[in-house]
Amino acid sequence: MKFGKMKTHRRNRLLLVLFLVVGAGGAATFTLLALNENINLFYSPEQIVEGEAPSGQTIRAGGMVVEGSVVRSETDLGVSFLISDLKSAEVTVRYEGILPDLFREGQGVIARGQLNQDGEFVADEVLAKHDENYMPPEVADVIAEAHEEGKARGG
Amino acid sequence: MTLKKSFLIPLGIFLLLVLFLGLGFQLKDPHYLPSVMINKPFPEFELKDLHQPEKIRKKEDLIGEVALVNVWATWCPNCVIEHPELLRISKDESITLFGINYNDETVKAINWLARREDPYRFSIVDDEGKLAIDLGVYGAPETFVIDSLGVIRFRYVGPVTNEVWQQEILPIVEHLRSSQ
Amino acid sequence: MIPEFGHFALILALGLSAALAVVPAMGVARGDPLLMRSGSFIACGIFVFLLFSFFCLMESFLSDDFSVRYVANNSNSALPVQYKISAIWGAHEGSFLLWTLIMGGWTLAVAFFSNSLTFDMKARVLSVMGLLNVGFISFILFASNPFDRSLPFYPQDGADLNPLLQDFGLIVHPPMLYMGYVGFAVPFALAIATLTTGRLDAAWAKWSRPWTNAAWAFLTIGITLGSWWAYYELGWGGWWFWDAVENASFMPWLVGTALIHSLAASEKRGVFKSWTVLLAIATFSLSLLGAFLVRSGVLTSVHAFAVDPTRGLFILIFLVLVIGGSLVIYALKASGIRSEVSFKWNSREAMLLTNNLLLVVATAAVLLGTLYPLLYEVLTDGKKISVGPPYFNRVFVPVALLLFLVMIIAPFSRWRKTGSDRLLRNNWVLFLIAPAVVFAATLLFGMTFEPLALFIETIALCILVLLGKSWRDSAKGGWRSPSASYTGMILGHAGMAVAILGVVITVYYSEGRDVRLQPGDTVSLSGYDFHFESVGKVKGPNYVADQAVFSVRRGGKEVAMLKPEKRFYSVARNVMTEADLDPGIFRDLYIALGEPIGEDAWAVRLHVKPFVRWIWVGGLLVAAGGFITLIDRRYRRRKVKTALAGAAT
Repeated sequence: MKFGKMKTHRRNRLLLVLFLVVGAGGAATFTLLALNENINLFYSPEQIVEGEAPSGQTIRAGGMVVEGSVVRSETDLGVSFLISDLKSAEVTVRYEGILPDLFREGQGVIARGQLNQDGEFVADEVLAKHDENYMPPEVADVIAEAHEEGKARGG
Repeated sequence: MTLKKSFLIPLGIFLLLVLFLGLGFQLKDPHYLPSVMINKPFPEFELKDLHQPEKIRKKEDLIGEVALVNVWATWCPNCVIEHPELLRISKDESITLFGINYNDETVKAINWLARREDPYRFSIVDDEGKLAIDLGVYGAPETFVIDSLGVIRFRYVGPVTNEVWQQEILPIVEHLRSSQ
Repeated sequence: MIPEFGHFALILALGLSAALAVVPAMGVARGDPLLMRSGSFIACGIFVFLLFSFFCLMESFLSDDFSVRYVANNSNSALPVQYKISAIWGAHEGSFLLWTLIMGGWTLAVAFFSNSLTFDMKARVLSVMGLLNVGFISFILFASNPFDRSLPFYPQDGADLNPLLQDFGLIVHPPMLYMGYVGFAVPFALAIATLTTGRLDAAWAKWSRPWTNAAWAFLTIGITLGSWWAYYELGWGGWWFWDAVENASFMPWLVGTALIHSLAASEKRGVFKSWTVLLAIATFSLSLLGAFLVRSGVLTSVHAFAVDPTRGLFILIFLVLVIGGSLVIYALKASGIRSEVSFKWNSREAMLLTNNLLLVVATAAVLLGTLYPLLYEVLTDGKKISVGPPYFNRVFVPVALLLFLVMIIAPFSRWRKTGSDRLLRNNWVLFLIAPAVVFAATLLFGMTFEPLALFIETIALCILVLLGKSWRDSAKGGWRSPSASYTGMILGHAGMAVAILGVVITVYYSEGRDVRLQPGDTVSLSGYDFHFESVGKVKGPNYVADQAVFSVRRGGKEVAMLKPEKRFYSVARNVMTEADLDPGIFRDLYIALGEPIGEDAWAVRLHVKPFVRWIWVGGLLVAAGGFITLIDRRYRRRKVKTALAGAAT
């Protein structure tokens, strides 16, 4: 009687451990695969201009919207504008849809989308920060870096 | 009592997490800003004076003594917050303040100063943001400390409060003055 | 003077918290019942001072005292009164004061509503709560004092509250959320206190259950309101974004849900005890971690508070002390716990174990996705990435689906073992009819046939019917009406099924379009004709707005008149989209105004969202279920005799 009970108990335990190991392993693999496919790397306008960014893959790009570069379609919601690191590089962004409330010329934005064959950035989403005082940190870095290089070249 | 090793696993996971949080946190310290402009001469510029549009201000107008250069705008809520402290500094502390009116409308800016009192010796109109770009300005307000030769020695991002003045800016100003 | 009084009250509360951390614990060590009992009075004092401090800040807001920096930053004389009050928790400093006040409230509740605890245990719990109070209040005093003045010069008027936060949702959402986060401190304190005694018995699980249920129900309301607020105020019609801050509230909820289930097994059957203790620690730890993520600036999010490195460092150190300390205690003490009871694979214990595993896996996946950008940045020296919603959907949805499947059987399983064929035998009619009903309803609503959607809808329907039947049986067949715990359990699960029904239908059958429209244009969507009538200017207390007027017709009959706005807040200099919607049980009509383009054309977003309201109704039902369990007689029974006996030993 006692022996039998222990046996079931031990079998249960073994099954449980097996179940745990297989489950955890499977879940971990699946999760990491999903993670790998769904991270969006950030590229600066300079990196895009120099061809460092892959085309046909979802990435993020950020910079300042160049003053006077926003062009709207006459018939639909298409819009294009330039983002710049304020030094050397500018990239054309195309977007179809409603821009965020804080989208303005001269302000920092981040776009998520893909590069097309012509080196234009086709955005699925355009983000501006909810606070107008400061730029998104990514954009701030882009500008700081471009600035640093500009100084180094100039001096 | 026996300590089973498996009961240490949660602690291990947590410590690993803290390690990453700590490292990530260090990386994100907002007061750590690229110090490209520190110890570099103030950039050259030729821009209009806010109150006397016929007068063109140049870099030379800022040079001569240890001074503060403050980037401000009427659209910036934090500039409203720091304004009283700037006023106090301009009155009580023997230091000159220069203003850079950044990405703003001139009429609004003049009215804004008239309503709140003007702490600046003069303000420069940087309506296209060119000087701000050369300075690597992220937004407003930002405050720079320049020495008597016009070299940028310190940069503060965000509103200047009395605490910031006492703890961060004043020591640098005093250090610069004593080393000359 | 009022802000100074508030500040001073905080200092007194800190002193009392230190006393609460020390005195009852000393009583335990010396076996002095007087010291042990003093905890209740100290807890009372802490709460009174915190409440006073909170009212001082409120008074500063109401009297427009812009010499207080926090008021100047977050209010304006033109701000409507209700928002002046909610502005108290509109930014970091004040919201943390609210957090601390709520912590004081829970401490007081433990002092007053835990008569079933022995004096010894209650003293230990209060001491742990006192320690946490010390941490929170010193954080306010040293790193984020809301009473700071900017004297002698101060602004004439304030910078105004962020327009996004000027909304009813933001008045109620944070307090509910904090009630949940901080409420988990109680099961945490109970777990730590019990670990220090080394005796984990059924009584411990029984004490923990109502507290955990209450905190969890508040958190459920908080998350539900947050989702609702995002839907109409922020999200352009979305209701969940897998944003870092949302995740920060969702993770404690997931683990808290696991804890609730695990506590049931620990109480009734004495199984998984050390695991349950670990969950109690983990739930509160994730609440604290959420606070760190939101307030330190390590993660970028649209909801995040302004960044300050001192604060981040303080919370990080606090995290290490509290979580690290409790995990060390756990490692030392929990090894001794034995809970070896065997059970069958189809027993309720096994179901709860499965539930726990799935919830923990889901939490781990969400945690990984939330922290991965940070990890990546650290490992690659500054390369920035974001983890998109597709990751979360792909990882979370399968796990959630499995959980949902288990929910068909689990609530009806028995302890030790369940006759596996009982459910099928008794309900085969239902399992045949349910798919037919779902099929018919899909036809009736004119929706397309999506296999997965139909499958999940069928499960939801089965769960709802089974729950209803089970509740009726227990009411009819039993010797008296079903217990509150049982009713709450049934309602909680039913709410979950309702919410999932809403999620599935909204995800599969919503229609939305962004279009360029001029007054006079008409667009058709899901059988509704949206007619753009006109645009005009309107003026609010602290904003001016463009207001569009839309009439919506279905089959020639007008069903709604919608007036979405584009607001410009003059002081904060912010533009805000104020969507307008026509809510309904079976569908929401939703219009948001984008930007003006060209002469008088506007970018407009239109949505028809079927069953979207069910998501939040379901969430509120879940929370209601949690609250109903609290009135169960078992938790109210006083154990005065045993308590006295405990104190005497």
